[in-house]
Amino acid sequence: MTGMNLFLRQAWVALRVLALMSVVLGIVYPLVVLGVGRMLPTAADGSLVTDAAGVVVGSSLIGQPFDTDEWFQPRPSAGGYDPMATGGSNLAADNPVLVQQVGERQAAAAARDGVEPAAVPADAVTASASGLDPHISPQYAQQQVGRVAAARGLDPSVVATLVSQHTEGRLLGFIGEPRVNVLVLNLALEGLG
Amino acid sequence: MDSTLAAVLSVVVLLGALALAYRPLGDYMARVLESPRHGRVERMVYRVVGVDPAADQRWSVYLRSVLAFSAVSIVALFALLRLQAYLPYSLGHEGMPPWQALNTAVSFVTNTNWQSYSGEAALGYTAQAAGLAVQNFLSAAVGIAVAVALVRGFARTHTDRLGNFWVDLVRITLRILLPLAFVFAIVLLVGGVVQNLAGDTTITTLAGGPQTLTGGPVASQEAIKELGTNGGGFYNANSAHPFENPTALTNLLEIFLILLIPVSLTRTFGRLVGDLRQGYALLAVMASLWGTITALMVWAEVSHAGPALQLAGAAMEGKEVRFGVPMSAVFASATTGTSTGAVDSMHSSYTAYGGGLAIVNMVLGEVAPGGVGAGLYGILIASIVAVFIAGLMVGRTPEYLGKKIGAREMKLVSLYVLATPAVLLIGLGIAMATEAGRSSILNPGPHGLSEVLYAFASAANNNGSAFAGLNANTDFYNIGLAIAMLLGRFLPICFVVALAGSIAAQGRAPATEGTLPTHRPLFVVLVAGVILVVAGLTFVPALALGPIAEALP
Repeated sequence: MTGMNLFLRQAWVALRVLALMSVVLGIVYPLVVLGVGRMLPTAADGSLVTDAAGVVVGSSLIGQPFDTDEWFQPRPSAGGYDPMATGGSNLAADNPVLVQQVGERQAAAAARDGVEPAAVPADAVTASASGLDPHISPQYAQQQVGRVAAARGLDPSVVATLVSQHTEGRLLGFIGEPRVNVLVLNLALEGLG
Repeated sequence: MDSTLAAVLSVVVLLGALALAYRPLGDYMARVLESPRHGRVERMVYRVVGVDPAADQRWSVYLRSVLAFSAVSIVALFALLRLQAYLPYSLGHEGMPPWQALNTAVSFVTNTNWQSYSGEAALGYTAQAAGLAVQNFLSAAVGIAVAVALVRGFARTHTDRLGNFWVDLVRITLRILLPLAFVFAIVLLVGGVVQNLAGDTTITTLAGGPQTLTGGPVASQEAIKELGTNGGGFYNANSAHPFENPTALTNLLEIFLILLIPVSLTRTFGRLVGDLRQGYALLAVMASLWGTITALMVWAEVSHAGPALQLAGAAMEGKEVRFGVPMSAVFASATTGTSTGAVDSMHSSYTAYGGGLAIVNMVLGEVAPGGVGAGLYGILIASIVAVFIAGLMVGRTPEYLGKKIGAREMKLVSLYVLATPAVLLIGLGIAMATEAGRSSILNPGPHGLSEVLYAFASAANNNGSAFAGLNANTDFYNIGLAIAMLLGRFLPICFVVALAGSIAAQGRAPATEGTLPTHRPLFVVLVAGVILVVAGLTFVPALALGPIAEALP
């Protein structure tokens, strides 16, 4: 048998192996996982959250844009919190465009919240990796308390308490970073009336 | 607690989990690969596909099977991507354009998972689950099969037979990858990774705007994406996307899954050659290189050099709050030290040294600990170079595991060592010399060169991660990187399988007083030194013009 014929015979076997494996790995396997997922619908369906009226207002895992003073604001996003355009800015640490963006964000956050630009935490002035980061640092949340309370006519201590209630620590004390989920916090804020 | 200290504790847990899994998984894989018995389901598979499972293959037939299977896989995946509009759950997406479909098909079949498309914008569920995820299993199985063929070359004597590729492929897939993927897909699901067929749903956000939430069979794909060191994200943001990686715990789990099989394969190797110490020595090389680079990368990111990061106060550009800076760097080192390429943070926005170390991890040849299978055969090649150099020093014919490393063996090893760097540097040279190559660059200055260097390092070493500012969806990069991925995968495989045939035919030379022991610390240092010197001599100029120039004030 010539080399080419041998190759074609192997290719015919390959095609049948691929077809069979595609059914097992590409159809049966994900469908079985899908079936197990029906026993855990909250997680499998994307951890959806509802407002007081029971209407779905988003996912607790996916950040949302909030750009007025009465809301806690999320991190900058390279994709505007659009799950159809996820990703980061990919700007380099020495790119003048990024230097300018960070400077402008610092100035804006400082003016909005009445703090020194140098005191604004890093997560408030940098775009996340996903463009959907649902969290901010506890420092950034605390910085926003006064502004949010004033815009809503609430007692700042009430809002501060809400922030500390919604501050999550590290799992077992060392896994992950302290954080505040912006959508969940804002939902609770809405619940205050 | 300081976040670096917290990350150190997380890494201790990670290493503890790997240590616990090492023996049972490594031994199990060895049993799967050497068991004379075929399962009932497997015998049915062999009948359906027309394979005689008892037929032991010569190296040339084994290689031909690998190449035929990969060629058929590329053609089939290309067709699926082109025709996805006619398949169920296409979500209204058109067929992928031809050059991008070629790039993507090559990318997933070569275990690279370079992505010039954006998952949520370009692909439906059938293309993802029945196309890309299938290759996540099969390309990983091919890598392990090739490594096993080489290990059999060392383990066997006086034979021209290396095993049966189809049996290896079926067993690795059905007995190793599928059960592990299933278990960890469920674990990820419990952790919050989505698994549904809901499509794209538009909701009204709390502030009153529209937001389209994406669905998909993500958990099933995420598990094998990490386990098979594939790295192709269901979504564009990859493992930074909260639906792929919702918490710090799933993040730690994904790092574990990335490292699990490449690390445990050193135990499998030790079992198959009948001397576990040989496997521990290779593990020690991998661990010392990976540990050093990971520590340096964490240090680089925590110290956040670079004007924008200095101004911000931390290297949080392109990183997620829930993961934090140090553990993002650990993920980056795991994904580039294996040929995975999944990312939980955007490497392009790393510090100059942090991003540079990601490139270093790849140009070491993906051996610390490397991709599934590919890492093992890569480090075995480095070991042969090490015994060869040691042999030159004392004027003896070098031996490794009792096999003589003669002229034919060294020719194949040399070709292996040269192939990937040649592909990488020629590709980089062409890209930087042409307008088509340069016009895709996003960032100015040395970082721009690093983007292209990263792209070809990633493609030629079958990693798949990127400095993603580079616009890779152009004809130049879709075609150029497809060629780099093909050559970077299959040239080394050809040399490895040929080498396996060559050493399997030999007898075993008895160890004498003059034989270099290959399980002692001296040998570990020698192999690590060979890996560093070969990569250093080849890539210092390119690294000097890219990341090192960027780091200089």
